[in-house]
Amino acid sequence: MKTFLRSLLLLSLAAAPLALRAENLAITGDTIYTMSGTALRHGVVLVRDGKIEAIGAADTVKIPAGYRVLQAAVVTPGLIDAHATVGLSGLLNQPQDQDMWEKSAPVQPELRAIDAYNARDPLVAWVRSFGVTTVNTGHAPTALISGQTMIVKTLGRETDEDVVNPAAMTSVTLGANGLNAPDGSPGSASKSPGTRAKAVALLRAELIKAQEYAHRRDGKDEAKRPGRDLRLETMLRGLDGTQPFLVTVNRQQDIIAALRLAREFKLKLILDGCTDAPLVLNEIKASGFPVIVHPTMQRTYGDMENLSVETAGQLHAAGIPIALQSSYESYVPKTRVVLLEAAVAAANGLGFEPALASITLDAAKLLGIADRTGSLEKGKDADLALYDGDPFEYTSHCTGTIINGQVFADGPH
Amino acid sequence: MSYRPLFGMALWLGLALGLGAQEKPQVFTGAQIIPIAGEPIAHGVLIVQGGKILAVGEVGKVTLPAGAEIHDVTGKVLMPGLIDSHSHVGSGSGGDGSSPIQPDARVLDSLDVRDASIQKARAGGITSVNVMPGSGHLISGQTLYLKLRAARTIEDLLIKLPDGTNAGGLKMANGTNSIKTAPFPGTRAKSAALVREQYIKAQEYRDKIARAKGDPDKLPPRDLGLEELVEILDGKRIVQNHTHRHDDILTVLRLSKEFGFKVVLHHVSEGWKVADEIAAAHVPCSVIMVDSPGGKLETRDADWRTPAILEKAGVLVGFHTDDPICDSRRFLRSAGLAVRAGMTRKGALEGMTIANAKILGLDGRTGSLEAGKDADFILLSADPLSVYTHVEQTWVEGQKVFDLTNPQDHLYAVGGVGAGDSRRAQLCCFTSAWDLIMSANEGNQ
Repeated sequence: MKTFLRSLLLLSLAAAPLALRAENLAITGDTIYTMSGTALRHGVVLVRDGKIEAIGAADTVKIPAGYRVLQAAVVTPGLIDAHATVGLSGLLNQPQDQDMWEKSAPVQPELRAIDAYNARDPLVAWVRSFGVTTVNTGHAPTALISGQTMIVKTLGRETDEDVVNPAAMTSVTLGANGLNAPDGSPGSASKSPGTRAKAVALLRAELIKAQEYAHRRDGKDEAKRPGRDLRLETMLRGLDGTQPFLVTVNRQQDIIAALRLAREFKLKLILDGCTDAPLVLNEIKASGFPVIVHPTMQRTYGDMENLSVETAGQLHAAGIPIALQSSYESYVPKTRVVLLEAAVAAANGLGFEPALASITLDAAKLLGIADRTGSLEKGKDADLALYDGDPFEYTSHCTGTIINGQVFADGPH
Repeated sequence: MSYRPLFGMALWLGLALGLGAQEKPQVFTGAQIIPIAGEPIAHGVLIVQGGKILAVGEVGKVTLPAGAEIHDVTGKVLMPGLIDSHSHVGSGSGGDGSSPIQPDARVLDSLDVRDASIQKARAGGITSVNVMPGSGHLISGQTLYLKLRAARTIEDLLIKLPDGTNAGGLKMANGTNSIKTAPFPGTRAKSAALVREQYIKAQEYRDKIARAKGDPDKLPPRDLGLEELVEILDGKRIVQNHTHRHDDILTVLRLSKEFGFKVVLHHVSEGWKVADEIAAAHVPCSVIMVDSPGGKLETRDADWRTPAILEKAGVLVGFHTDDPICDSRRFLRSAGLAVRAGMTRKGALEGMTIANAKILGLDGRTGSLEAGKDADFILLSADPLSVYTHVEQTWVEGQKVFDLTNPQDHLYAVGGVGAGDSRRAQLCCFTSAWDLIMSANEGNQ
């Protein structure tokens, strides 16, 4: 017992100075899933100055002198969680660490995750200990427009050092979770939207307002140009596709409503959640939009009543681009772990390699960061996850997480 | 969908002809058997009849009874039905907001046996379950230990004890869940004081009854809550106590010692900090494996290593889902994650079965595959600790209550449209005459 307490103490002391600087590394793996080609048996990844310097079969890659050698049974690209709330929805679930839901109004696209993200929240280290190196995190899907997500490496230093994209997407939620109760509770200052129809009406009005704002802003008469409006500027980036809307929809009528909005305003959406996707597979496929599928083990209540562990597999089989996510939890577990969600999807129709892709390269493509991470290729960021067996097995361990060449060994997970 | 009327009719007829009565012996042969009592058997045979296990052993070394129905389950893994020592399936309830102490409230009077959560528990391989009221009270009511047999009403699921009463325990809680505004306690010390006062009342009530020696004039008026607490004091029932923080755990042990009641510690997020104290008190633990720590202050230090540390300290460790906190269909994950964090495979599998049977006082009838015990078992596609493994069949007392090849059961197992609905039509037991007529017509078309 005493030894255990001591080891816990050592671990917690060790956690801080671990984030030193990138080392030159040689990672050898019995199996290396590069995701850019077939898996390598007995391969080596060389890491120099935070980037992947070389990758190949062990007999073709010479390990230079002075490189720290790490060994693992299985090596994968660092895992990517395509939609999370870690860093905003903190461990303790107390008012001081819950920044994922601003209740003062239902439409607040001007809110930025980067102004709220706590890189040192213990849950950031928790997901990192399973191999997660990058998260697209932000406000929870609990308001009609809850804010802007950011893409960040889980280095756990300072936000501005760790950030990959400070404003990746704008979160929109249709369906029950985007509505306020008729009396304006819980805690919302507004009674609207109280119905699905009102939610879409508010959204359309906001988009039209943004179009009109753009028109006046680009007008010839300088005197008539409007002052800056952070909220409408964000909506405009959604309209021109430079910062797309991430639309959380679970019921089939909400999925269809989102697609209707997209047609009206020529939007390129990223669909999120999509519990009822099997009912409207053709419509989703025809839209060409990718789907960040709900956590495989999310609870089946409310709009998620029809949730199936086979949905990710069905979307993938239909040729729809997917990624997986940890989403948002208001209670316990305070965060899900995308590795564990992908594991259950893998075992229920998605299969091993597509499941791994949904939390690595496919997620990177969906987030627009595939030039930097998501696969093990020369020149990409040195983001890797090391395991002592099949990463999806309950009894396997993540033995190391490498981000930009920095090695983390956070714990026993 | 033509299978539906046929299946429904067949089962309905089966029931009418006395399917539930004494049937021929059933032999399950060729599977790897994990009996829990004893070492795994690579090529095993299990023989059941009349809801009981007749024999377990190696293929070729067990004599097969004449006239037996043979199930070739080669390649499968067969183990005891899982036991969940803490669940809320069936959408039950306990006490209300009127008082923090309500031992009179029975979950028995609130359960919906047709709730989809119960079939989902069967889909997870759960054959016995302790269904509890919530943790928002110091004493929230009486729990029920159920067998997940096919059921029309709650009576079909009860476990009858030799004295004719229903098996079950008493739900208690401490820490922040039961701390609220008055009349609930506002602090931990007040919580313990209220509980102590109540048990002292129960002691006095018991003494009054003893002194009356059956004289109706001297007997105190019946008090349903105190009657239940007297059963706790007498050791007839076990306290199932929600507790997270290490100091709250020690408070439970202190009260249990003062009043001499039997207790099981539930959740024990900080159990790893006081494992030696728990072991010294000889108190078992029912642990929950949640995907991350936190979500509330008390679970800040929750650690997956808890089961391993408790096991090493010599504590009896079981697991629970706390469904809907964890999904009953993924209950086997608990054992897998505990092994990941250092528990022995043997201890983890026992934690899903015999340890929980002991925690509920049911180890005489279930929790392991041994001759004479109830025929509660599951068939798995592969090893119980693998994510790729599926529960294929669940059997309770010799009757199959879940079969993954049945499309309706498959729906409950994986989810989808209709998986949230109550169970109806397809199972004999829930079929109304109207459903039968309608489905028969559908079949004719």
